[in-house]
Amino acid sequence: MSRIQARFASLQAERRKALILFVTAGDPDPAFTVPLMHGLVEAGADILEVGVPFSDPMADGPVIQRASERALAKGVSLRDVLDMVRRFRARDTATPVVLMGYANPIESMGEGRFIAEAGEAGVDGLIVVDYPPEECGEFAALAKRHGLDPIFLLAPTSTAGRVAEVARLGSGFVYYVSLKGVTGSGHLDVDEVLARLPGIRAATQLPIGVGFGIRDAASARRISRGADAVVIASRLIQELEGAPDEQLVERARTFVRPIREALDA
Amino acid sequence: MQTADLPDARGHFGPYGGVFVAETLMHALGELRDAYEACRSDAAFRQELSHELKHFVGRPSPVYHARRWSEHLGGAQIYLKREDLNHTGAHKINNTVGQALIARRMRKPRVIAETGAGQHGVATATVAARYGMECVVYMGSTDIERQAANVFRMKLLGASVVPVESGSKTLKDALNEAMRDWVTNVENTFYIIGTVAGPHPYPMMVRDFQSVIGRECLVQMPELAGRQPDAVIACVGGGSNAMGIFHAYVPDPGVKLIGVEAAGEGIPSGRHAASLCAGRPGVLHGNRTYLLQDANGQIAETHSISAGLDSPGVGPEHAWLKDSGRAEYVAVGDVEAIQAFHDLCHFEGIIPALESAHAIAHAAKIAPTLPRDRLLLVNLSGRGDKDIDTVARLSGISL
Repeated sequence: MSRIQARFASLQAERRKALILFVTAGDPDPAFTVPLMHGLVEAGADILEVGVPFSDPMADGPVIQRASERALAKGVSLRDVLDMVRRFRARDTATPVVLMGYANPIESMGEGRFIAEAGEAGVDGLIVVDYPPEECGEFAALAKRHGLDPIFLLAPTSTAGRVAEVARLGSGFVYYVSLKGVTGSGHLDVDEVLARLPGIRAATQLPIGVGFGIRDAASARRISRGADAVVIASRLIQELEGAPDEQLVERARTFVRPIREALDA
Repeated sequence: MQTADLPDARGHFGPYGGVFVAETLMHALGELRDAYEACRSDAAFRQELSHELKHFVGRPSPVYHARRWSEHLGGAQIYLKREDLNHTGAHKINNTVGQALIARRMRKPRVIAETGAGQHGVATATVAARYGMECVVYMGSTDIERQAANVFRMKLLGASVVPVESGSKTLKDALNEAMRDWVTNVENTFYIIGTVAGPHPYPMMVRDFQSVIGRECLVQMPELAGRQPDAVIACVGGGSNAMGIFHAYVPDPGVKLIGVEAAGEGIPSGRHAASLCAGRPGVLHGNRTYLLQDANGQIAETHSISAGLDSPGVGPEHAWLKDSGRAEYVAVGDVEAIQAFHDLCHFEGIIPALESAHAIAHAAKIAPTLPRDRLLLVNLSGRGDKDIDTVARLSGISL
């Protein structure tokens, strides 16, 4: 059983919902990423999603774009990101880590080599935003052979056929994009999301995480009625933007705490 | 599979092309694919398109024998396909008319576009005005500064021009931003991509709309020169004018195809935009193709005197034509392009776009090495009025 499967199984046994928190690796500085990851786990993250900075993040809104640019300005590469995960694993062997990024840095390193090194570093899942199922059959199969869960996005516009294809190729969980737009958009319609989830549930046994546009404890709580996990990314980065270095971890904890409490209430 | 039959049903040209986008865009691309297939096989659509190309764009554009310049070079005869004579002054309008007609059939009242130099933005704003559509053009803030006249033209035509401040603030970032708009407003919005790149079906669709250029040449060259050319030469940024003139000639092995990229300040300087000559394959903007990138797979910043060639990627069909050996790709630098720009002004009374000047420069390079009965056909993809400020500045003149 993968670390992601184990985590969802134990949460389900406790009748709790997963909180997935996102950090862009190397933002605002490579030195802060590993302490921040530990801080987020202490504040209540069940799974960590680590963004791999890319020069052209087509599916991301301005907040994650800025985070990516700050990390790239510090020269953060995919190899550095794997190194951060390796250092995180030295102290935390239980919390699943999912990398989220774009195809080109991976293809530049070589898909096979990346998957092998990611597995060895302690990565558990991979979200490659611009690898839809039809372009990455081999990649997904190779990831699975190395014990990594290929995680796919589903959108409000995904047809039943595409949901079935994601159910077939993906593992770990499926990531339902809660709105039409980019990450961090402001027009989340919770009822619309909740209405879509049973259809996905009927097509796959995989847990469903919901993200894009979830900004506070109230919306997280409402989404969690239908989902197995909620993902918070842009709003968290926004909270940390401009914070003095020594306050980063504390700010993150203060922001996350009420969300965790709302999910567990 | 014959090169001319590509792409396959999923948009692949060999290992290139494809649909590398987030799930959020898959539905819109599927809808577009279906709509385009329906239009392609619809006689009424084809008739409407050719009516528009004739009466609004001014097609066919002539082929012209640059006799005095050929004489001066002392070798092969150079023929120019005069895309500069189209309405709006470049080949870009062939494609925007086609896509706007599809948008109208899909009942999308709003069109968006990315632009670098502003030519595609102007061509999009033009058709939006022509068909009464709302138009938003994304343009890097760096490009807005260096292309003020085109920004004003777009505004005159009723478009909103949105400055893009992310990344390198140039064409590639404008394309990212247009994609973000599309994903958010997909119900009422049609995204008119300006080149033979992006996710399937764009590289195929834009090629098809531009291939009118080469189809006309197939008829015009025998009329004017008595036979087909020995080589066809076109500049390549994203590659739309080159695919447009190459496509009809791909099946004819007697015609050499030569794409000319921007070598900027020289390939060793690192300040260039020659993705086919100096890049390696990767994934960007929804397709797999040759890209200029660093060792970690981050997209590189590019340079060319010509804003229209200043792009880190290239259409996937060019990547395929390169690997298959059907086309040859070379690079020409800023200095040679400027020289060719001046030469065409002097010898033929034609002010070429700086993009097209790259193709002209390569023709000037090889013509003297060839016998006088050889024929070179160069795509003069646009007129140079938009570039006179740049050229004046280089000569130390302020207009």
